[in-house]
Amino acid sequence: MLEIKNLKASINNKDILKGFSLKILPGEVHAIMGPNGSGKSTLANVLSGKEGYKISGDLIYQGNRLDEISIDERAQKGIFLAFQYPTEIPGVNTSNFLRTSLNKVRKAQGKKELDALSFLKIVKEKSKELGMDEKMLSRQLNVGFSGGEKKKNEILQMKILDPNLIILDETDSGLDIDALKTVAEGVNSSRDSKKSFLVITHYQRLLNFIKPDFVHILSDGKIIKSGTKELAIELEKTGYKGIN
Amino acid sequence: MKNNNLDYTQEYKYGFTTDIENVKAPKGLSEKTIRFISQIKKEPKWMLDWRLKAFNRLKVSKEPNWQKPKYPKIDYQDLYYYSAPKSMSEKPKSLDEVDPKLIETYNKLGIPLNEQKKLSGVAVDAVFDSVSVATTYKEELTKKGIIFCPISEAIQNHPDLVKKYLGSVIPISDHYFATLNSAVFTDGSFVYIPPNTRCPMELSTYFRINASETGQFERTLIIADKGSYVSYLEGCTAPMRDENQLHAANVELIALDDAEIKYSTVQNWYPGDKNGVGGIYNFVTKRGACRGKNSKISWTQVETGSAITWKYPSCILQGDNSVGEFYSIAITNNLQKADTGTKMIHLGKNTKSKIISKGISAGKADNTYRGLVDIGRKALNSRNYTQCDSLLMGNECGAHTVPYIKNKNSSSIIEHEATTSKINDDQLFYCNQRGLNQEEAVSLIVNGFCKEVLQQLPMEFAVEAQKLVGISLEGSVG
Repeated sequence: MLEIKNLKASINNKDILKGFSLKILPGEVHAIMGPNGSGKSTLANVLSGKEGYKISGDLIYQGNRLDEISIDERAQKGIFLAFQYPTEIPGVNTSNFLRTSLNKVRKAQGKKELDALSFLKIVKEKSKELGMDEKMLSRQLNVGFSGGEKKKNEILQMKILDPNLIILDETDSGLDIDALKTVAEGVNSSRDSKKSFLVITHYQRLLNFIKPDFVHILSDGKIIKSGTKELAIELEKTGYKGIN
Repeated sequence: MKNNNLDYTQEYKYGFTTDIENVKAPKGLSEKTIRFISQIKKEPKWMLDWRLKAFNRLKVSKEPNWQKPKYPKIDYQDLYYYSAPKSMSEKPKSLDEVDPKLIETYNKLGIPLNEQKKLSGVAVDAVFDSVSVATTYKEELTKKGIIFCPISEAIQNHPDLVKKYLGSVIPISDHYFATLNSAVFTDGSFVYIPPNTRCPMELSTYFRINASETGQFERTLIIADKGSYVSYLEGCTAPMRDENQLHAANVELIALDDAEIKYSTVQNWYPGDKNGVGGIYNFVTKRGACRGKNSKISWTQVETGSAITWKYPSCILQGDNSVGEFYSIAITNNLQKADTGTKMIHLGKNTKSKIISKGISAGKADNTYRGLVDIGRKALNSRNYTQCDSLLMGNECGAHTVPYIKNKNSSSIIEHEATTSKINDDQLFYCNQRGLNQEEAVSLIVNGFCKEVLQQLPMEFAVEAQKLVGISLEGSVG
């Protein structure tokens, strides 16, 4: 699915990722944990193609070099980033945005575009699964949404776009326990042998609900330790200072 | 990292020229030119006298200079004031007699005039340089007593209405360009809706400038008699040329008791090239009088074209309980400039006005909202709400808001809100990450920003306008 070799990334001459390597196979869930400033969000941004970073190293996604592919094409090829802070876009209807997005992805994959009615059927079904109020779909995109609503909206988009590689960037931040459970269930129900997840988080709390196959500790731009779920539990006890 | 593919070569879609033989007035502004125009339009004497009165006034009138966009001095003696296809010299009796080249021009612009292909539910008056080429659905409208025809025809066939209302909202002496228009106006539309009649379709005029070195002086007059309703839309395009061409229009609206006029504009004159060479000077006077009680006039404008847009569609709220509205989107890209807004003059009691303005600047463009809200001493219990939002794209453009607010009684309320924001990298990234390319993302975000105004447009035109908003900004985010 994804292979990252010796990835270095800097922004405004500041080095952030300093030789990051990781291999993710289809169906696997990898968690990346690390303290503030360790490069977690940079990793999510670089994988999805955000501009402004100076990059070296190899980023291979499904056999393609990612540095040759623009942000929107990566999305069309199935890379999905669930944002830590989903942005507000005033005047843009949530449901229309989602349909535009889905049809862009479908078109790129050679599938037929969906008309408004068939789309509505799908989006209603999926939002119900996430316990979302249908009215939210007719509101302006993320405008006035609570923290929980914004994150649920991200998961809804993930479920509808049906991507291959899903990056969850601190999806647990700002969520109460009930919202966290709903979001995690949304993720868990999407897990299958073809999809891979990269779960970026500060806390092991999320990993109680989304069980990773592998846990990696990111510090100062590199993975300093890899292990299984137990590593996250150990980390919770000792703190990042205790790991080396 | 590879950038998103941006298409910088997108050209102005309507920039073609129709190769056609023209009849022109002698070059320059003179009494001779005015007599030529009046004669070729077979006008009665009172009309010529009216024009000459305006011309005399023009001689002592000065071109205004208070606006923000400055422009090189216009040589009024180096312009043609009348240009029309030779084939139109004898007015064609039916569409079959109209030069196929003209029909083809309008087909290319997406305005089919042929009986079989004409737009459904929209009656069109097609104005080419200084003449009206054709008007569709005329007969169906006549059955309801609705008059929809070129103003030159109305002067001949409905002199009483024209005499009564022409210049009653924009007096001959109003200001330099209005006076100039009064002296040399050529064609435009005339609309009269009889009492208690709801116009069953959209009325629309499509203005096309084709000839070079020629100014277009449109004159439109719309009268909604008691208890009537009409929705009217104008569109405009012009060829790509290195010269600046002047379009100085006067539009007058009159709403009597309980009548409503909805006037929409989608202005897409040639904006000039990336370096600011060429483009239309769109210096337009539009004013509506809510003369009767409970009357309403609503202006909606989508201004995307022109090198310079300079206009303030206004409402004079004379009748008690009358309502004025102004919804505006002004988009300037590259080196385009706009100084636009509205005037709401409250004279009657319980009058209400609402102003929603969305200005978008990209490239090195400059965009000014200028507006006046004037609530008179006797306009008790009146209200105004104004909202001006500006969106900036890039670091080289400008946005300015210049509101003038006067409240002369204590029972009236004025509210004014204004915001300025920049198009946000996070919003673009978010849209890109959901599979939209840069142009689609910009178009989506800007259309969201303009939504309140776009919603006001008649359905038939809203989709086109949305696309236009996207196209106007292509290449503006790198």
